[in-house]
Parts: sequence; C-alpha cells; structure tokens
Amino acid sequence: MATTFINITLKIWRQKNVNAKGSMESYTLDNVSTDSSFLEMLDQLNEQLINQQKEPVAFDHDCREGICGMCSLYINGRAHGPDTGTTTCQLHMRKFNDGDTIYIEPWRSRAFPIVKDLVVDRSAFDRIQQAGGFISVNTSGRTMDANAIPIPKSDADKAFEAAACIGCGACVASCKNGSAMLFVGAKVSQYALLPQGKVEAKERVINMVRQMDQEGFGNCTNTGACEVECPKGISLENIARMNREYLCAAAKAD
Amino acid sequence: MSKLDSKIPEGPLADKWTNHKNNMKLVAPNNRSKIDVIVVGTGLAGGAAAASLGEMGYNVKAFCFQDSPRRAHSIAAQGGINAAKNYQNDGDSTYRLFYDTIKGGDYRSREANVYRLAEVSVNIIDQCVAQGVPFAREYGGLLDNRSFGGTQVQRTFYAAGQTGQQLLLGAYSALSRQIGLGRVKMYHRHEMLDLVVVDGKARGIIARNLITGAIERHSAHAVIIASGGYGNVYFLSTNAMGSNVSAAWKVHKRGALFANPSFVQIHPTCIPVHGTNQSKLTLMSESLRNSGRIWVPKKKEDAKAIREGKLKPTELSEDERDYFLERRYPAFGNLVPRDVASRAAKERCDGGYGIEANDTQEGVYLDFETEIRTKGRQAAFAQGDHNPSESKIKELGKKWIEEKYGNLFKMYEKITDENPYETPMKIYPAVHYTMGGVWVDYNLQSTIEGCFVAGEANFSDHGANRLGASALMQGLADGYFVLPYTVSDYLANEIRTGKISTESPEFDEAENRVKETIDRFLNNKGKKSVDYFHKRLGLIMWNKVGMGRSKAGLNDAIKEIGVLREEFYKDVFVPGDAHELNPELDKAMRVADLIELGQLMAVDALNRNESCGGHFREEYQDSEGETLRDDKNYKYAAAWAYAEGDATKAKLHKEELDYEFIKIAARNYK
Repeated sequence: MATTFINITLKIWRQKNVNAKGSMESYTLDNVSTDSSFLEMLDQLNEQLINQQKEPVAFDHDCREGICGMCSLYINGRAHGPDTGTTTCQLHMRKFNDGDTIYIEPWRSRAFPIVKDLVVDRSAFDRIQQAGGFISVNTSGRTMDANAIPIPKSDADKAFEAAACIGCGACVASCKNGSAMLFVGAKVSQYALLPQGKVEAKERVINMVRQMDQEGFGNCTNTGACEVECPKGISLENIARMNREYLCAAAKAD
Repeated sequence: MSKLDSKIPEGPLADKWTNHKNNMKLVAPNNRSKIDVIVVGTGLAGGAAAASLGEMGYNVKAFCFQDSPRRAHSIAAQGGINAAKNYQNDGDSTYRLFYDTIKGGDYRSREANVYRLAEVSVNIIDQCVAQGVPFAREYGGLLDNRSFGGTQVQRTFYAAGQTGQQLLLGAYSALSRQIGLGRVKMYHRHEMLDLVVVDGKARGIIARNLITGAIERHSAHAVIIASGGYGNVYFLSTNAMGSNVSAAWKVHKRGALFANPSFVQIHPTCIPVHGTNQSKLTLMSESLRNSGRIWVPKKKEDAKAIREGKLKPTELSEDERDYFLERRYPAFGNLVPRDVASRAAKERCDGGYGIEANDTQEGVYLDFETEIRTKGRQAAFAQGDHNPSESKIKELGKKWIEEKYGNLFKMYEKITDENPYETPMKIYPAVHYTMGGVWVDYNLQSTIEGCFVAGEANFSDHGANRLGASALMQGLADGYFVLPYTVSDYLANEIRTGKISTESPEFDEAENRVKETIDRFLNNKGKKSVDYFHKRLGLIMWNKVGMGRSKAGLNDAIKEIGVLREEFYKDVFVPGDAHELNPELDKAMRVADLIELGQLMAVDALNRNESCGGHFREEYQDSEGETLRDDKNYKYAAAWAYAEGDATKAKLHKEELDYEFIKIAARNYK
C-alpha cells in the first residue's frame, strides 16, 4: 500500500495529577505517516514536544500488539477509536484523513481515577479478580492428568472466548453507567463453563460482584455499547450467564 | 571471584532433580511467615513464583512496572507451550524433549537444567488445566497439539494464537488469590532501581513508585529477579515498549555474572519494518509455519518487478518460486529452528531476492495457498463432496485457516492493510528473545547469594537458540516447580535471621546511588530525547551485532557504543520532575542500562570465535552457509563480571559445558 503523509490537529486532555484541574490542549502535527499506528503518532507528537523542551503527553501502552490491555484512549468519542475489534495500539493512521482534528481523552469512569493526562488507574479490576477470579488450586503439579476430565469442545471454546478479555476497561469507559459487568461476566463465565471452576462457582460470583459494587462501577441496563466497543469481541452472553450464576448462587445462599 | 560452580547434582541424568529435591533443606510451615521474599517481575516466571511462594506461607512482595501484573509481556506469546505428554502417540518422551532442546540450542546449554525442564513440562500442563486455562481441545474433549520448529513430534499445547495470554492469566489468577488472602503484597507501577547486598547476600531492593516518584526501601531474605529479556537493546523488537534489562543489569552491577549476552533470537516471521517512526515489530506466530510455505522469486528480475509493483506474487507459477527452506532443509522444511530460518531469509534478501518495497528490500513471502487447497479439499470430502469446485475448495480452505489462525490473520491485515487470505504475507526476521541473561547455577541462584533469577532473565536453558514454544515452558517451570524448592532450600538457613532492617549503610548507599542518577538526568541540560539515543543504539546493534556479525563490525560497534554513551550523558534531555509520573525519566534510566549491555553483547560476540545458534560470525561458516561451531575452544557459557562503564574491561569467567549424556554433534536439519 502506498504510504502517504497527513497533517492533523490534536485536542488532548492534559491533567497534571489526580487532584489537578485538567483541560483540553490543542496541538498540530505534520507529516504523519498513514502506516504509523495511533500510538506511534503520539510518539511523534511527544518527540516534537521534547524537542521544544515541553512536557510530553503521558499515555499508557506496552505490548503494542493488542494483547496486554495497557493502552486505552477515548478517540473522537469512542473507546480505542473509530475501528471496531481493535485496541488503540492496533489502530492505524490510515483510518484518518489529512486535515482531521482528533479528540483524545482518557477513559472516563468514577472507578478509574485519572493518574495523569491520559493515564487512568484501573486497579479496581485487579481487586475484583482478587476477590474471586481464580480456581483455588495450589501449585503442586500433582493434581491430576490434564486429560483426566474431557471437556466438550464447545464449552472449552466458549470459555476461551470469555477468557480472551484483555482487561483494558473499554467496556466501562463506553458504558453510560460505567458498568464493569462485561469484564466481570467474562471472568465468571470462563470458570463457570469449565468443570474445574464449578466447585466454587457460587462463592466466586458472589464475591466478585460484591467487590465490583464496592469499587463504584455502575449497573447494567442492557445497552450493549460494551460489546460493540470491546476490542476482543467479548459477548453480552457473558453478562447473562453471570446474572444466572448470581441468581442461583444468591438463592442457594439464602 | 571464585570458580563458577554450577552445583549440578550427582547421579544419573533422569534422577538428578528427584534426588536433589529429596536432599534439600525445608522450612517448616510455622517458620515461613517469618521470612520475606521479593519477586521482581510478574510474568510467567515471576507471577508463578510469587503465587507459589505465597501459597507456601512466605511473606512475598511482588513488583511490576506495569499498571497490573496481568500486563507482563509473557502475555504476548502466541503459538504455544511444549510438554512431553506424548498425547499424540508420536514417540515423544522427556528424553526427546530434552534432546531437541539441547540440539536446538546448538549444544550451548546445560544438560542437567534442560533435562529438569523437560521433566517438569508435563506438570505444567496439569497445573494450568487445574487452574482453568482454556487450552484448545479436540471434539472428544481432550487436549489438542500442534508442531513447532526443530521437532518432529506434536507436543505443543495452545489456546488459539493467545497461549501466552491464557497462561499468564492463569498465573495472574493464582497470584491474585494470594494477594486477596494477604500473602502477597503487590506493588504495581513500581520499578526496581537497585539491589541491596549486605555481607555478600541479597537483602532487598530500592524501588521507585512510578506514580508518586517516591523512592522506597524493601528488605527481604531472598530476592528473585524475573524481569524478562533485553531484546529492546535493538530498539525495534517484538518486545513490549516497557521491556527492559534494568533489574537484571542492576544485579549484574552488584556482582552477579551475566552470561552469553550475545545469544539473541531473531525470529523469522515478523511483519517487516515500514518506516522511521516505527516503534516496534509485530510477530506472526511460528505456528503459521505449520501451514505456510516460505518463498521468494527464483529470478531477481521477478523480485525487482514485485518491489516496483509491476508484478503480483500470485502471478508467479510454482516453478518460478524458490521455497528456499524446503529446498535447503527437506527433512524439516518450513519447520526448521528459528535461527536457521532467519538466516536463510537474510541470505536470499542479501542476494537481491527480497520482495519488500522499502529501502532495505528485506522481506520474503509466507504463503498459505497450498494449505488452503489441501485443507479445503479435505473439508469438502468430509462433507461428502468428492468432486468439489475450485471456489468451494478455496472457501472451505479459508474457513479452516480462519479457525486456526484467525486472530493472527486479522492482526496482519490491521497492520499492513493487505488481506493474507488472498495474497501471501510478507515477513522478515526481527529480534524476539534473548537466550543470554544473568548466570545462575542449577538452583537458579546467581553468583550473589540469595539472589535468584528466573525465566528469560536468566541464561540457563536455551543455549544459543531457543526452540519455539519453550519460553512459556521455561517461565512456568522456573516459577512453579523449581524456585519454590530451591529458594526454600536457601531460606532454611534464614529462619533465625529475623526481620531485615532497611536502616543500614547498604540501604543508604543504594538509595543515594538511585537519587544521584535521577538528579543527574533531570538536571542535565541536554537537547535530545531519550528515544533519539535509543534508536541510534538500536541501529548499531542491528547492523553490527544482529543476524550476521564480523570481527571488524563488532570492533566498530564497541567503539560506537562507547561514543554514544558519552553523548547520551552529555546531551539527553529529560523533562518533568522526580515526584510525578514521568515516563521519560523511566525510559532514560532503562536506556542507560541498555547502552552498557549493548557494548557487553558486542564484546561477548567478538570473544566467541565460532558460529552457533543465533550467534552467526560471518568468518565461521561452511560452504553452504551453515554455522561452524568450535567445540574445542568454545564449548562454554561465557559469564562476564561487570566493568564500570567499559565492557572491554569486563572479566570473563567460563563455565565449561560437559555433555555427559548426549553425544555432541553438528546440528543437521537436512
């Protein structure tokens, strides 16, 4: 594909730290290769700012191949930008045109406080996982042979699809209620679908949902924006499955 | 420094680990809560170790620089994990996995460590399935396997093209459980900036809270470094942007030897470089070589026409294509080990047959057309259609490919804007993994007492070339099944030590060193960004310490890196201050270490007057371009002691590698 270069204007949220007041700042950036990824475009901006002895824009990123879940960014009003099924690091500048103005904001959610500029604190996800997102098996290597319990391929495939969640938080950021139900539903589903996870399924879903509520995430009103914006295509079915699991668990608990 | 003692247990190879475990000292459960252990890095090795040690009852403190332990770069591993389960009944065994790994490493790894790795590989799969890791399964409900390079069996377990993610999330779930129970204290967005050594023993670390900038002292009875590899010394690599050598390098600076730094894996199937603003390279999993065939045009004119856009690869007939791996290595074909495949691609591109339309012309095709036809035909037959049309074959074949490699094909299309179902993928080798690392003995202990090093950060298991799907295996083997034993053995002598104070001259000194470095960078009145220097370092490394190395080139590299280092300290500009989130400061400190490491890599490559595995010295090759090893003079691991600021003064310690159980031979994949 032929490489072209475009000139763009960027409107970026700048905020010194969690307590500071933030604002949108404007930048112009020329000669952006359309083969660059969105984050490489931001690298280019930062290089420009550093050369002007100005402070670069802080943003989260790491693997840059769409799997670590570290990158975020609300781009022109959409989580991970205009493309579907992709993370910001896998979004390329060929999706934009010469002369475009691009708005870049951090994830907006009460449960994800801003650390600086475009960086937010997603440790609430970790705490939900710590509350029950596991199977209680100690390291021994002597549990049982991996093939001792056959698992129907369809269950294994569904568990995998749920487990493909990268924990980026786009679901929360896209939700008008700031709900984390897609994230929690995916984890609950992965384990609920596997025989190894069934033993403590009840405690798991109760504990994870309790922690989710404590973290200040909103509730689900079935809008489905999370599923649309999820870079890994995690299905709403997982929320339904979690609700079922939760109802059963709550009924049994009483 | 004393002679290197690898502490390999006595006895027959197959009994060493069992006997060793039986003779190790233990720490009684009631004593474990009196003992602190620090784990730096939360990938497969670190995450697994922290979880396992927490379960045992030690007080564990785990550190990662990312915003969550789930982000560690193990997550990006695509293809799979090896284990000698022999579920496919194709003659696999512990011995065969051991043998393949030693041979794949070109006879530069330690027999006893590799045998143990193969031995515990089966436990890893059992453990992961018990944790709920959703591996790919067959219709009968049992686990599926595929093939990887350098082997003739199917022993690779996988979860689509996201095996690393699923294994890491498994380890992360175990770690999360321990954090929730209060047995592991997690410090995310923290970077280790120094190791504290007291009376010759590792007793803690200095870490920086990356959000507040606070410098923290953390003490422990043992320190485990599991901070990954150093591929980012090349700037462009398949590593994550944050991957760095600093934790391992600080340990080296405090006295641990660093072994075989020049052993770097250049992975054959990555998406070629697109331009100067590129920040990283993307891997296309080796699993694709199960189905894809690698080729370039037979005629240079055709390659030129393709580069100029006048010819499409699909317009070339079978006999106008050179399937160079199948031609040169008929026994293994497209599934030769990575170093062999990478060099063969370089050889073709250097010869003018490259197909990428950029300055370097570096690119070859990875073509799925044959597989689409074969699998499409099979699928049609399975549906009862014994005379399928061309279009039906293609349609069914593409569907098969999508099921196996869908996410990889999608990723390729996102990055290149080309549809790999219709036109072959363009690929070229890229830096991927580093076999070298901190020297460790059989117990994974470095030359500093109480400082253990695991996973990619150590040097022990892969020799001069790692086989595909073995990094995940090693990370989890070290973390789940080796360190819990060997660290306990060490800690058995610490039960009377008591809490280690952070108020000591050693902690003061280490903290001051860290603060001085930070002040130096922030007060430097330079003009150029950290990336400017990092990119320059990367170019020197790629051109002179990359896939082909020569005496003259290496000597140049050593000098150029020395000059670069001086310029870096004189002219780097680091904005912001020390008491806030400051990614440029983090980068500056990492690049400072990478520059020193890069020079040592060149020194190591220059010292090794032979070609082996990923280390290819142009002077040492046979008439067909294959590596020429020199077992008489270089059958050792080269372990270097730190020399302040000038790697040419680094002192070499040799660990002779004795092959007691394997007959050492020239590597042959023909």
